[in-house]
Amino acid sequence: MSRVRLAPPFFVQIRSGSVKTRSFQGGIRIDDFKRFTERKPIETLPPPPKAYLPLKQNAGSPPRPVVEIGAEVSAGEVIAAPSGAVSSTLHASVFGKVSAIADHPHPSGADSPAIVIETAAAGNGFSGMEPMVDWEGAAPEDIRARVLEAGIVGMGGAGFPAQVKLEPPPGKKIETAVINAAECEPFLTVDHRLLLEETEKVVAGLKIIMRAAGAARGVVAVESNKADALDRLERALEKEENIFTVLLTVKYPQGAEKQLLKTVADREVPSGGLPADVGCLVHNVHTATAIADAVLHGRPLIERVVTVSGFGLDRPGNFRVRLGTPFSRLLEAAGGPPDGELRLIAGGPMTGVAQRDLGTPVIKSTSGLVVLPPLPRARNLPCLRCGKCLTVCPMGLVPCDLARAAEKGRREDFAGLSGADCMECGCCAYVCPAARDLVQFIQLGKALEE
Amino acid sequence: MKGSLPTKKKFTVSPAPHFFSGRTIPKVMWTVAAALLPALAASVIFFGWRAVRLQAAAVAAAVVTEAVISRLRRRPLTIGDGSAVVTGLLLAFNLPPDVPAWLAAAGAVFAIAVVKQAFGGLGFNIFNPALGGRLFVAHSWLSRMTTFTPPLTAETAGLDAMTYATPLGAAREALVERIPSLWNMFIGNTGGCIGETSALAILLGGMVLLSMGYISWRIPAAYLGSVALLTWLLPVGEGAVALSPLEHLFSGGLMLGAVFMATDMVTTPVSGKGMLAFGLGCGTITAVFRLYGGNPEGVSYSILIMNAFTPLIDRFTRPRVFGTLKKGLWPRKA
Ligand code: SF4
Ligand code: SF4
Repeated sequence: MSRVRLAPPFFVQIRSGSVKTRSFQGGIRIDDFKRFTERKPIETLPPPPKAYLPLKQNAGSPPRPVVEIGAEVSAGEVIAAPSGAVSSTLHASVFGKVSAIADHPHPSGADSPAIVIETAAAGNGFSGMEPMVDWEGAAPEDIRARVLEAGIVGMGGAGFPAQVKLEPPPGKKIETAVINAAECEPFLTVDHRLLLEETEKVVAGLKIIMRAAGAARGVVAVESNKADALDRLERALEKEENIFTVLLTVKYPQGAEKQLLKTVADREVPSGGLPADVGCLVHNVHTATAIADAVLHGRPLIERVVTVSGFGLDRPGNFRVRLGTPFSRLLEAAGGPPDGELRLIAGGPMTGVAQRDLGTPVIKSTSGLVVLPPLPRARNLPCLRCGKCLTVCPMGLVPCDLARAAEKGRREDFAGLSGADCMECGCCAYVCPAARDLVQFIQLGKALEE
Repeated sequence: MKGSLPTKKKFTVSPAPHFFSGRTIPKVMWTVAAALLPALAASVIFFGWRAVRLQAAAVAAAVVTEAVISRLRRRPLTIGDGSAVVTGLLLAFNLPPDVPAWLAAAGAVFAIAVVKQAFGGLGFNIFNPALGGRLFVAHSWLSRMTTFTPPLTAETAGLDAMTYATPLGAAREALVERIPSLWNMFIGNTGGCIGETSALAILLGGMVLLSMGYISWRIPAAYLGSVALLTWLLPVGEGAVALSPLEHLFSGGLMLGAVFMATDMVTTPVSGKGMLAFGLGCGTITAVFRLYGGNPEGVSYSILIMNAFTPLIDRFTRPRVFGTLKKGLWPRKA
């Protein structure tokens, strides 16, 4: 059933009869908690009565509003235009009237300016762009322009404008486009469900990405807890000569870009470098489906799938919602938050941000909403120098010393310890018996460096 | 839940990550204390009431000192974390059976007050507190600390109790008939400090810690391995009889030191390479002391000496940073 697909010398072992998974140095093995939602088909929720669309939905500079208060907009209409080289487009996600442009709670924790649209009509229609029927013959620039026009950003959580990644940096060549379907954060099952339910779209997205970046080879890398998705994918890929699958070990942070490429291509992205330095490009599964939608159907990015999961929810699930939908509606759809004190995490439990307000909206990079019980415990006890944080750091750093250098404001020590290489995955803090806020100290150190 | 939700539900906000391993300082320390129980049991079997008395005195003194100092420094009370209990027990394990209980208490007070708290408390001390305490009593009451009486179970007929020698002492003096059998050394039926004689009991505790991931194999393996190798390769000093490498491993404080004291997190290196270097250093110093030193032991000194080198070892054994060719020396040009 499973086929051996080898493309030497790039891949060492991909998949053979006896399943063998691949991984990277460091990291942690944790319960993935995917069982709550992995079998729940994606359910589409109706548009919210009011959509809150923060301008800041992408890394880089946020787009500039191009609508006035009171303007009538239709779903898919541009309401904010790109404002720089690393920026994106923002569209109205519902039919309605712009009722305010004001500060609103943002999933990052702080308040931030948002365009508020009062919904006038439900319905699934949208005013889109012309489908690019002949994308296979289209110039890479045209595809990239379409991706920017559709407002697509990295939907796995980083929110980096997708068209920027699709362009090989000057002097570099991209040989391989990798679809990141590791989904290593516990609870989240967005990529898993998309792979199962929209297999063809993921493959189409990958092919468009390959075309846009000039990559000859495509790879879909899946953690072994999604074996059903992998089987379906392999059937869809039967006729593809240049697209391969890689089965990954279930380990956090398997989906971190550098760790993923180390696993898939056995190459290390140099410190301070980009995937293009090893001839690769990585895009998330949901980003690929969004790109396929934009190119094949002319559909801008106005909705996304969000996993709502955690402890004490009656109906956890995967929901397709319009951008700007407040978290309260998602929790309602999942059966409401349980009583008592809780933590509500936007994103996964390792890197997500704890929320304080249920009115905070879903943005392009919101992959999940996780409800956890509170965790009362003493924090930031003195470091025991147990060395556990070194063992798990996937970047080979010394988190205990980095945190101490940052805490003491010793900027040079922090730089000497390669603090800038930290990707803030949280493995070190996860294992620390002294419950030190290592990631926050390191963030502080990075801020000092600037 | 029906209808729309109150937007003002109370949520707790805390920084990422929001998941934890569940490993906490008290859990680590109490597990170490539990892993010392087999050795404690062995000490009671071989030395009886005398061992109980020392352990009780040392633990009580350590805990009280810790509490008093936390109070004086206006810090939260830390005796619940179990580290004072571990220090007290380890100190008692390092005492000969016939020293008075007040001496054990004095050692524990010194260990906690000076070696640990004067440096800033758990996490900041440079030297292993129990070994520091032992060094203090050994220097203050030298003759008491070098007088060993036989275990309860030994056949002592015809032997003057006061001249009973430890296996290492016997080998040093070439008292071949006083060197116990390898089996007796392994189970702990020999003269020595109360908690150090039974390699078997110590190894049992060590296995528990190793399997739970609370200690790394690196320091004990490098330590024991280098002692075995060097005692096998090097000739013994003048006037002594050679012990086999296995006899070395099972005698004196080596097993206790390698499994429980050279693996103390706070005072040893953080990286894998550093741990190997630390163990190697301890092993080399111990072997040289044992073969040629003025004192047939050497475990406590070797660990304390290597404790002093720990910051240096840490600095030169940083892991290679992902995506760089050379390991990051520190400070490295950015
Ligand atoms: S895991 Fe925590 S206690 Fe252990 S060395 Fe790292 S920072 Fe220190
Ligand atoms: S130091 Fe940074 S990269 Fe290393 S484990 Fe901690 S958060 Fe992850």
